[in-house]
Amino acid sequence: MNRRNFINIFLGSSLVGTIVSFLYPVVRYILPAKRIEASIKKVTAARLGELAPNSYKIFKFGTAPGILIHTQTGELRAFSAVCTHLTCNVLYESETETILCPCHNGRFDLSGNVISGPPPAPLESYNVEISGEEIIVSRKT
Amino acid sequence: MNKFLKEALAYIDDRFKLSALLELAKEKKVPEHKHSIWYYFGGICLFLFVIQVITGILLLLYYSPSVDSAYESVQTLMSRVKFGWLIRSVHSWSANILIGAIFIHMFSAFFLRAYRKPREFTWISGFFLLLIFLAFGFSGYLLPWNELSFFATRVGTDIAGTVPLIGHALKNFILGGPEISDITLPRFFWFHIAILPLFTVVILGVHIILVQVLGMSKPISLSDNKVREVPFFPNFILKDMLGWLLILVLIGVLCVFLPWEIGQKADPFAGTPLGIKPEWYFTFMFTTLKIVPSHILFIEGEVLAILGFMVGGLLWMLVPFLDKKASKEKKSPFYTWIGAFILLYIIVFTALTYLVPDI
Repeated sequence: MNRRNFINIFLGSSLVGTIVSFLYPVVRYILPAKRIEASIKKVTAARLGELAPNSYKIFKFGTAPGILIHTQTGELRAFSAVCTHLTCNVLYESETETILCPCHNGRFDLSGNVISGPPPAPLESYNVEISGEEIIVSRKT
Repeated sequence: MNKFLKEALAYIDDRFKLSALLELAKEKKVPEHKHSIWYYFGGICLFLFVIQVITGILLLLYYSPSVDSAYESVQTLMSRVKFGWLIRSVHSWSANILIGAIFIHMFSAFFLRAYRKPREFTWISGFFLLLIFLAFGFSGYLLPWNELSFFATRVGTDIAGTVPLIGHALKNFILGGPEISDITLPRFFWFHIAILPLFTVVILGVHIILVQVLGMSKPISLSDNKVREVPFFPNFILKDMLGWLLILVLIGVLCVFLPWEIGQKADPFAGTPLGIKPEWYFTFMFTTLKIVPSHILFIEGEVLAILGFMVGGLLWMLVPFLDKKASKEKKSPFYTWIGAFILLYIIVFTALTYLVPDI
């Protein structure tokens, strides 16, 4: 390697290094920082008697919504309210006693299984227990 | 003209050489033939973009890009700020008409083979402009922070999330995290008023320079004939301005009789409202995603559909290089059929969204 080549490589790599050192903080600034959130395992979804039979409630389960359904037969069932297709919030349709995602008409039964439409997987189901006056929903382990 | 005005114009002309520009505009010729009407849609797009810039700047005065105050700021704008309803409605209506005009401009360029050699990069820059304006529509839709826009954004960004390999990182980058949160709205605002306009200025600049340098394309069917040409200034520009005036009247009528709605404030913990759908220009993809089965062979239906759209978009962008016949000034009916099929697909699936919502 002659002196000219050495100087060219030296100056070229210095220039690249300078550009990278300017760009790196900008790129890191633009990319979102990770948020540390405590993983919620159990929440109070509703109070006893709050839900009439054949009705539902959307509740906050950590940062995501959950759905609590009081069925026609008096059972309480809870699922993730996030559709497995394209993450719209689902709702309970009392006339058909099914769970519906209005975005792309995905339909689930009261066990969370897909009946029709494009959702590729069932809804995540949660445990429901009653503690005093409160309906407690927890993740299945 | 009085003496003072003459002197003032001469003073300006000495320094800015505007008369040279005017001479250039007079020398520039535009072909005139039975398909000339399609030439005007480029100018209409540009005019609508200028309206977007002006009304967008005005909206900035009252809009607040935060989850706690975005909806309320739009509510105040619509109900208490004098002519706030008009400025926002003009912005929203002209945005929708702009996307429609871009589609017309693109399909007319396609059917007239305006993409053929040497205008391949005019077509590609136009394709990128379409993507940019779709991104403008998508990012602007969330800004009022209402429930329709919230869920449309959720679905839209989830679609981005299903892109193989980069999907997860892309979704994370767009939303500022794994899901829509208080970080998302300022981010969308940043895209809408800073990043996308920056890209637009550059790519629109390239597009317009290419149109000026290469001139307007003549259809292949007329390439052998001698086509009459008219001066760009004043003949063409006057007709162009008539088109702009008609568009302005249309926007005015729409704003007065159908002012843009605010809807309900977004609630991430509410059920998705029934009958939800995205803006009209995304509905053909939306309805496709509705009818596609959950699995096709071993692949999730939605992933396959999205991959199909991506590959289709890529081929559409590369059509100047694929249509070899057109680049040799020969007719290529195969591509006319492809274009007609795509156009029909878009029209039918868009119509189905509105006519058969329970599909």
